[in-house]
Amino acid sequence: MATASETPHIALTLRDHLPILQVLIPLCTAPLIVLLGDRRVAWGLAFLAALLSLVVSFLLMMQVMDGSFISYHLGGWAPPIGIEYRIDAANAFVLLLISLTATLVLPFALRSVADEIPARSHTLFYACFTLVLTGLLGVVATGDAFNVFVFLEISSLATYVLVSQGLYRDKRALSAAYDYLIMGTIGATFFVIGIGFLYMTTGTLNMADMAERLAGQGSNRTVQAAFAFIVVGMGLKVAIYPLHLWLPAAYNYAPSAVTVFLAATSTKAAVYVLLRFMFSVFQPEFVFDTNLLLWILAPFALLAMFAASLIAVFQTNFKRMLAYSSIAQIGYMLLGISLFSVTGLSATMVHLFNHGITKAALFMAVGALVLRSGTTFYDRIEGMGRVMPLTGAAVVLGGLSLIGVPGTAGFISKWVLVQAAFEADLWWIALLIVASSLLAVIYMWRVVEILYLHTPHPEAIHKEAPLSMVIPMWIAAGACVWFGIDTSLTMGAANTAATGLMGGTDGMALTPTVGGLLGNGQ
Amino acid sequence: MTLEFFIGHINYWLFIVLMMTGFYIVVSAGNLVKKVVGLNIFQVAVFMLYISIGKVTGGTAPIFPTDRMGKIKADPEIVYSNPLPHVLILTAIVVGIATTSLALALIVRIREAYNTIEEDDILEIDARTARAENIIHGEAMGGRA
Repeated sequence: MATASETPHIALTLRDHLPILQVLIPLCTAPLIVLLGDRRVAWGLAFLAALLSLVVSFLLMMQVMDGSFISYHLGGWAPPIGIEYRIDAANAFVLLLISLTATLVLPFALRSVADEIPARSHTLFYACFTLVLTGLLGVVATGDAFNVFVFLEISSLATYVLVSQGLYRDKRALSAAYDYLIMGTIGATFFVIGIGFLYMTTGTLNMADMAERLAGQGSNRTVQAAFAFIVVGMGLKVAIYPLHLWLPAAYNYAPSAVTVFLAATSTKAAVYVLLRFMFSVFQPEFVFDTNLLLWILAPFALLAMFAASLIAVFQTNFKRMLAYSSIAQIGYMLLGISLFSVTGLSATMVHLFNHGITKAALFMAVGALVLRSGTTFYDRIEGMGRVMPLTGAAVVLGGLSLIGVPGTAGFISKWVLVQAAFEADLWWIALLIVASSLLAVIYMWRVVEILYLHTPHPEAIHKEAPLSMVIPMWIAAGACVWFGIDTSLTMGAANTAATGLMGGTDGMALTPTVGGLLGNGQ
Repeated sequence: MTLEFFIGHINYWLFIVLMMTGFYIVVSAGNLVKKVVGLNIFQVAVFMLYISIGKVTGGTAPIFPTDRMGKIKADPEIVYSNPLPHVLILTAIVVGIATTSLALALIVRIREAYNTIEEDDILEIDARTARAENIIHGEAMGGRA
């Protein structure tokens, strides 16, 4: 590996700079929005930034689909001294999900935000939105452990602001945002303690370099403490079952557009970081020394799948019900991790994407219902499926995908998860996956019944949601079906990602295997 | 555990005590501002951990002398402390300030909306609102919430 002083910086074309552009575009947009200070321009700029991010992440995805990776050296400083942005199949996939959701949410937000938030706050709202986007993309793109923390806090702080914007509809948004802030900060601080311990033993912050040095020295008390701190810290952001307490209130009281974006991306980015640290930085052999994850993570995952689904069944509010369902779905992702196989990880990666689009469709339907009914309590949205046929149908499609009916995206991820359970000879886990899906049938059927089999509530506006909301909603709902039938993109990327992650250190080798090395040529 | 071991790891002991103090305040304090104070202590403990691990025994400040042309003339005989953790903590301090100011801003808004900054009162108000909602919306659904 040549050092920066020996090799000239030869990233000449824009294509070479894609990894940094991914983060830089929304990062520069945020202050621009504040400086211009006009709310129409604010929305336009935010949308432009999201669209450009989508293009960039798509181009990145195309480059790394074959299992190679791109190592971008920030400012031409070679890692491990310089900060490295490393794009491989695993994070290109998550980048695509995040920028895709942002691009879909913004057109949706135009009407939803105008309805739920007073006009004077719009400019800052969109500035915060682009900051959340920046943070999430940064967390996923970077290959530097401390950089993860910084981006994590950029996205989290902006998220707290966005959640608190629900206060114009319900003052509980404020206490929800405060609780989220306290728990989120504790999580981030735990994470940074973990990184501190890793830095103590390895003397490096570059994740690939860290992995190599950890492999060289084996496990010791400091490494184990670091692992525990990182898993618990990230667990708070992921909302692993006992650490989920911030999630229902935050999702429920946040403005609809914010909930769509958070539900589809923020926990997913945290799951990705968890995966990256568990499998790439700490080696699988170290982590699974004593089947640690199967016996620690799997019970929590199963508990989440059942307890949170059961709570969801007894809700009287559509939005809150979906929040609990999100906790249950995170359980599936954790279950995939704890099964510790390429198939299990593929299930996690593919569910991450599929659940993202499913929840995006469902929460957008919630936003449309809020626009017309003013609330999402079941007794107020009765019969709305009849007067809002497109929104109602999107709820049905999203619900089917959430349950995991064949032909929808949710089926694919559950199918792979069940396969992974059988591969590990844990047939009872496969049964539990199916059983918890039945709970999803109950809570989704309840909503469908309320939407269709009642007469519409007289106080609601009996009109379909505007096209600017219906079109993004249907793109997400259509994606649920599309990725349930054509799985080449999702399963292909998930498999490549899972193989790379299970490869442990090999997957994080300092020198690129194929292609790659665009930031700084050799 | 010998005394030497204890004294040799004094920075870690202080870190643990400070961190747990802060963490305990966050969990136990009923006043929202006090929670933020606890959060600050918790974060400062981590800053101390990072800063203390940058110290190299016998090391001096990591400033390389330069000659008149501005060229670095590092003396390999001199031991320098590790500046990287300090730089990291500068970033973390900025993050900490942002978190604190955002938390305080939220508390101001909470005070305006709830007229209290005691967690118990806020929980009670929230619970009362939720009960009222459940009565209105739950009974309409023919069941409890």
